[in-house]
Amino acid sequence: MIVFDRVAKRYPNGREALAGVTLRVNPGEMVFLTGKSGAGKSTVLKLIALLERPTRGTVLINGKNTSTLKARHIPAFRRHIGVVFQDHKLLADRPVYDNVALPLVVADTPLREIDKRVRAALDQVGLLGKERMSPLELSVGEQQRVGIARAVVSKPPLLIADEPTGNLDPDLALEVMRLFKRFQEVGVTVVVATHDVHLVREFGQREIVIENGHVRGSGADDLPSVVARR
Amino acid sequence: MSLGSYSARHVQAFLGALGRLARAPLASFLTVLVVALALALPMGLKVLVSNARVATGDFKGAVDISVYLKTDVALTKAQQLAASARERPDVGDVTLIPAEQALEEFRTYSGFGAALEVLRENPLPHVLQVHPAPGAGSAAAVESLRRYFSAWPEVDLVQIDSEWVMRFNAILDVLRKVLLLAAALLGLGVLAVVGNTIRLEILNRRAEIEVTKLVGGSNGFVRRPFLYTGLLYGLAGAVLAWGIITATVLVLAGPVATLAQLYGSQYALAGLDARDSGILLGSGAVLGWLGAWISASRHLREIEPRA
Repeated sequence: MIVFDRVAKRYPNGREALAGVTLRVNPGEMVFLTGKSGAGKSTVLKLIALLERPTRGTVLINGKNTSTLKARHIPAFRRHIGVVFQDHKLLADRPVYDNVALPLVVADTPLREIDKRVRAALDQVGLLGKERMSPLELSVGEQQRVGIARAVVSKPPLLIADEPTGNLDPDLALEVMRLFKRFQEVGVTVVVATHDVHLVREFGQREIVIENGHVRGSGADDLPSVVARR
Repeated sequence: MSLGSYSARHVQAFLGALGRLARAPLASFLTVLVVALALALPMGLKVLVSNARVATGDFKGAVDISVYLKTDVALTKAQQLAASARERPDVGDVTLIPAEQALEEFRTYSGFGAALEVLRENPLPHVLQVHPAPGAGSAAAVESLRRYFSAWPEVDLVQIDSEWVMRFNAILDVLRKVLLLAAALLGLGVLAVVGNTIRLEILNRRAEIEVTKLVGGSNGFVRRPFLYTGLLYGLAGAVLAWGIITATVLVLAGPVATLAQLYGSQYALAGLDARDSGILLGSGAVLGWLGAWISASRHLREIEPRA
């Protein structure tokens, strides 16, 4: 599902965030990206969601090379990836319903279908009945769950989350992680970047540690075949 | 994507744009007002020129020949002359203005009514107003008519009333060029005003645009509401311009009618006809939409989501 082959990323300000990362995430897998803040976790996620393109190396998402994807195909590409942010990036001036419906609206989904799916997504995160509320009226944990509902409402095969529990107390964090696990159980590939090592241990999923722009341990061991051919 | 959901999106984008304009009524109104003035100016000038054309329309072919008979010619003789003049193929129509009628009009409109009472007899001659036949309006044809009438023994003077009409038409032609130039410049003004307003709105809604692009909204999807906003600015501006011009015409109609009456004309000031109204609304809509399109295409590309 995700293949990074010796990926380096240098930002315009000269900072080298990644210096040759090779990793692979299989379809249906749930993987934790860990490492100190500033190690490059967020950059990996940005490269997956095509918010950035690699400076060197190759990023393949679902077989598509993000370096060669044309700008006009990026929107369609992004619709196949659900993204959850630490600051959840909800629109404060729109009700919960509109926030969750946005990925469907941009994909020109029929109205009746939107209604069905938004309710289903809100039900999955336990927020059914709060459609009309403003995100500002919700607790931080609830806001994060609205963000998750928005990420999964279009049933993307890939779900990525950047520090989704960063602002939550341990109980809420655990609850959110269980939510991600449930999506993985129904076949969604899940990548969660977090610095919460205890939470990662508790779930026992594969862990990719990013350190100074490199992968430490497990990630480097399973070089994908695509890489070998290059 | 079904056609139904596609058009539903457009209705939604349109209503959304309408709602945003209504939420900031003063700012929206000021933009609409500027657009309206920029549209009303050239269109108002066009109405002025059209009216001037209609006002001089009585002089079709730009010529009219006044044949002044000698004062001693009797009315019956004048009528015979008018009849024989009508028989010429290059004469379209002949109107006989009897001396009595001319005097009456002079008494009514000139303000010398009292002075005329002093006169024993009517000093005015009968006049034949000769309109050349269609196709006989050229300078050469008119000149041959002038010579023909001058040769009549009963005729005192033949006058061609064409020169001032020709000058006036030349002035109207200049005005029409000015009008085109003004329309082009003010059209650019509308583009700039709408474009700048849209630019500010895009900056205000940056967060929303970023999130929309993040979840896979295409540039076209993000641009759509702004295009409708531009379209609404243009249309509302055109409607207001229509109102401004129509109100101006209504205010001027009375005085102009009085003025026209003084010149013995039934002329009435005309406002915007259906065609002009269509041009006004159409150009307003197109300019608003285009201004928004240029601005949105430029500025939306710069906004890319940052995680």
